[in-house]
Amino acid sequence: MGEEVKLFRTWSSSFALRIVWALKIKGIEYETVFEDLSNKSPLLLQYNPVHKKVPILVHNGRPIAESLVILEYIDETWKQAPLLPKDPYERAMARFWAKFGDDKVLTSIWSVFIKQGKEQEEALVATMENLKFLEEEMKGKKFFGGERIGYVDLALGYLANLISIFEEIVGLKIVDEEKLPLLYSWMQDFAEAPIIRDNWPPREKMIVKFQALLDAAIASSSSSS
Amino acid sequence: MADDIILLDFWPSMFGMRVKIALAEKDLKYEYREEDLRNKSPLLLEMNPVHKKIPVLIHHGKPICESQIIVEYIDEVWKDKSPLLPSDPYERAQARFWADYVDKKIFELGRKIWTTKGEDQEAAKKELIGCLKILEGELGEKPFFSGENFGFVDVSLVTFSCWFYAYERFGNFSIEAECPKLIAWTKRCMQKESVSSSLADPFKICGFVVLLRKKFGIE
Repeated sequence: MGEEVKLFRTWSSSFALRIVWALKIKGIEYETVFEDLSNKSPLLLQYNPVHKKVPILVHNGRPIAESLVILEYIDETWKQAPLLPKDPYERAMARFWAKFGDDKVLTSIWSVFIKQGKEQEEALVATMENLKFLEEEMKGKKFFGGERIGYVDLALGYLANLISIFEEIVGLKIVDEEKLPLLYSWMQDFAEAPIIRDNWPPREKMIVKFQALLDAAIASSSSSS
Repeated sequence: MADDIILLDFWPSMFGMRVKIALAEKDLKYEYREEDLRNKSPLLLEMNPVHKKIPVLIHHGKPICESQIIVEYIDEVWKDKSPLLPSDPYERAQARFWADYVDKKIFELGRKIWTTKGEDQEAAKKELIGCLKILEGELGEKPFFSGENFGFVDVSLVTFSCWFYAYERFGNFSIEAECPKLIAWTKRCMQKESVSSSLADPFKICGFVVLLRKKFGIE
């Protein structure tokens, strides 16, 4: 009895990468449907009418949206290579750090990238405070999940790639090896893990994309209305 | 045979109320500690150093933060009584999706209604009603969001209902007029002891908002 698994994504979406990695870690066969967000397909709108976003996982015709919700669905449906720990307290901690990543870390890093002057300085300070919490969480561990990549690694993993892209474009160090040694080595270890390494979006294309976003942001903030 | 549970909370918080409902659903005894958010206790700062926010559940001395995460934790530890999440993975994913939707939308929009005026307020009202109508659509003809039984999405959303009076008063509109089925659902939830004993009095919430507006200098 065949399982039909489809992943709706864009080529660059960091949130979709979480799902790609989870499916590959569990060895699940799936079909990719690439979306152009400036021209969303009728299927995308049908499968995610509320947010109209990707990623969307469609399993045997039934859609699930929101990447962290999808990760938990995948973990509950396919039990091999578990992503979340078994213990309820450890699970609560894992969910906490993933949410912290989305609510605080991503927001502050994005501000470092997109803002200028004083706002950028303030964003850098906020980012350092946030990353220090992650550094603390890494103590005694190779990955956030322990010896193996787990839910938190997948939730935060896009940072291993995106941060270096932002650093290159704006010429600022965000994760300094001396100040955040554990986080720095996690980024290297995660990025080089076989399943992860083979699935990054093309770096040059990412640089072009984010440079364009930055140029547009600078243009709109300096032009008079 | 104490379960050794402490809840750090602040009485108007709709997020703290979610935890109170979950604890009541599971029939759990716990110590309730009211926090003064202008003067946070050393315990709060120690137990939630990352966000310094309530609610925090402390179980056997270990903290759990973020209300939805706390509710899931309670549901997993005390899994034999009144399960809040369904057992089927797809149904669970739908419940998590809608609870996340409530989190993304309702608080911010509600807040905009009582902190802004004019066009900004009108836009927030319109958007809030839009979101509540989407939720109403998801509820459909079911008694509760997950079907016959009170569950995770109900817990996430119902705690906002004691803030509706404040939103309506300062926004000058009626949520019941726009979303009658949703209001009927809130009344159905309030028939449950776990909900009625956990939600704050809407008039007290309104009084609290009056004080906040004075403090922020909002006319």
